[in-house]
Amino acid sequence: MARSWWWKITALVLLFYTYYEGFIGEIPRMPILNETIRNLYFHVTMWMAMLVLMICNAFYGILYLNKSDLYFDLVADESARMAMVFGIAGLLTGMVWANYTWGAPWVNDPQLNGTAASLLIYAAYFILRNAIPDDSKRARLAAVYGIFAFVMMIVFIMVLPKMTDSLHPGKGGNPGFNKYDLDANMRMVFYPAVIAWTLLGVWMMSLRVRIRRIEWKNEDQ
Amino acid sequence: MNTTLHQYLRLVSHEVRLEFKNYHALTSLLVYSLATIFIAYISYRQSLDPITWNALFWIIMLFAATNAIARSFIQESRGLQLFHYTFLNPAVVILAKTTYNILLLSVLGFINLSAFSLFFSLSIHDWGQFSLGLLLGSFGLSAVLTLVSGIVSKAHNQAALVAILGFPLLFPLLITIIKFSGNAIQGVEWSLNQPNLYLLIALNSIIVVLSFLLFPYLWRD
Repeated sequence: MARSWWWKITALVLLFYTYYEGFIGEIPRMPILNETIRNLYFHVTMWMAMLVLMICNAFYGILYLNKSDLYFDLVADESARMAMVFGIAGLLTGMVWANYTWGAPWVNDPQLNGTAASLLIYAAYFILRNAIPDDSKRARLAAVYGIFAFVMMIVFIMVLPKMTDSLHPGKGGNPGFNKYDLDANMRMVFYPAVIAWTLLGVWMMSLRVRIRRIEWKNEDQ
Repeated sequence: MNTTLHQYLRLVSHEVRLEFKNYHALTSLLVYSLATIFIAYISYRQSLDPITWNALFWIIMLFAATNAIARSFIQESRGLQLFHYTFLNPAVVILAKTTYNILLLSVLGFINLSAFSLFFSLSIHDWGQFSLGLLLGSFGLSAVLTLVSGIVSKAHNQAALVAILGFPLLFPLLITIIKFSGNAIQGVEWSLNQPNLYLLIALNSIIVVLSFLLFPYLWRD
């Protein structure tokens, strides 16, 4: 998969489409949101990409524990890194959006707290990795921590926000986007945008994995 | 099956006897949390409103728990660890350690509670609910921190790592427990607090099942 080209082309085409539609496409006119609704293609999609990469991390952690192949650990490590990048990007785009719609870049909102928590969890994951010099031991401990952390994080970002009110659309009495005008038009951009950013994340991750594998080979010689 | 149960009970009682054998560790735990409470007291010098009371109490519990549980794998000698590796089932070891830590932290929790309410008087409306919350909170804190200290014990025993790795994982638990006991303090009706109770029970079960499944991978060295 890493070396085939069709999905990279797809990612590029969809990204161009996202940017094109994102900046000059038709959008519904809504109070408060106004033009900021375009951020939907750049903010929400970051979370989707981050989530996919975190699933990757947990999945490869499980694979490592079963197979003890350091390659799986490498993929887990790099997907956590890339998830971090997308997490921070999602946080920044969200802060810009919040500043113009809710009036402040940071509000006490379960969704935001969940994000801050998951970034902290993965920061701790890297601290653990750096604390262990031995390769296979590092891989094993990181996999155990990563799997545990992933489950806790899912509880935090999927379950807890459902139990409290949130400023986010579709929660706590706020109308969801799909309730009014996440119209067919926006859907046609939003879903491809999700796929585009996710593919981009996986692509970047796989490039990093390949670089590190080359580095391994050079060290062995 | 019978031998497993037997092993489990023996291990728990072994932990208890070990603790009472060098009871200065136990006293140091007590002094640690009493000193923390006293620091909180001289910093505030006044009675607290319920929200601050609750938050402060749980923060002190968090630190007491970290301090108490961080040493659960560290205090064992190399020889004893080797003996455990050879003869015991790792899943039983983690369950026994977790059980012992739950007992320890529950007792410590009630001592903390009495000291805390001595310094900061507050009328808790529903003592039954609050105590239940304290038990469930101690349960969750112990279970997470025991697994984390198991991870850290393999990473050159850097005690500071327990807090760094454990705190982010505890966010969902802490949020739920603070909400639950906050409701108990204000005497919210039982039926309104039930969702939080179920969530706590679910979280605790997830944590225990995960450490049961993951700990054996830490074990082999």
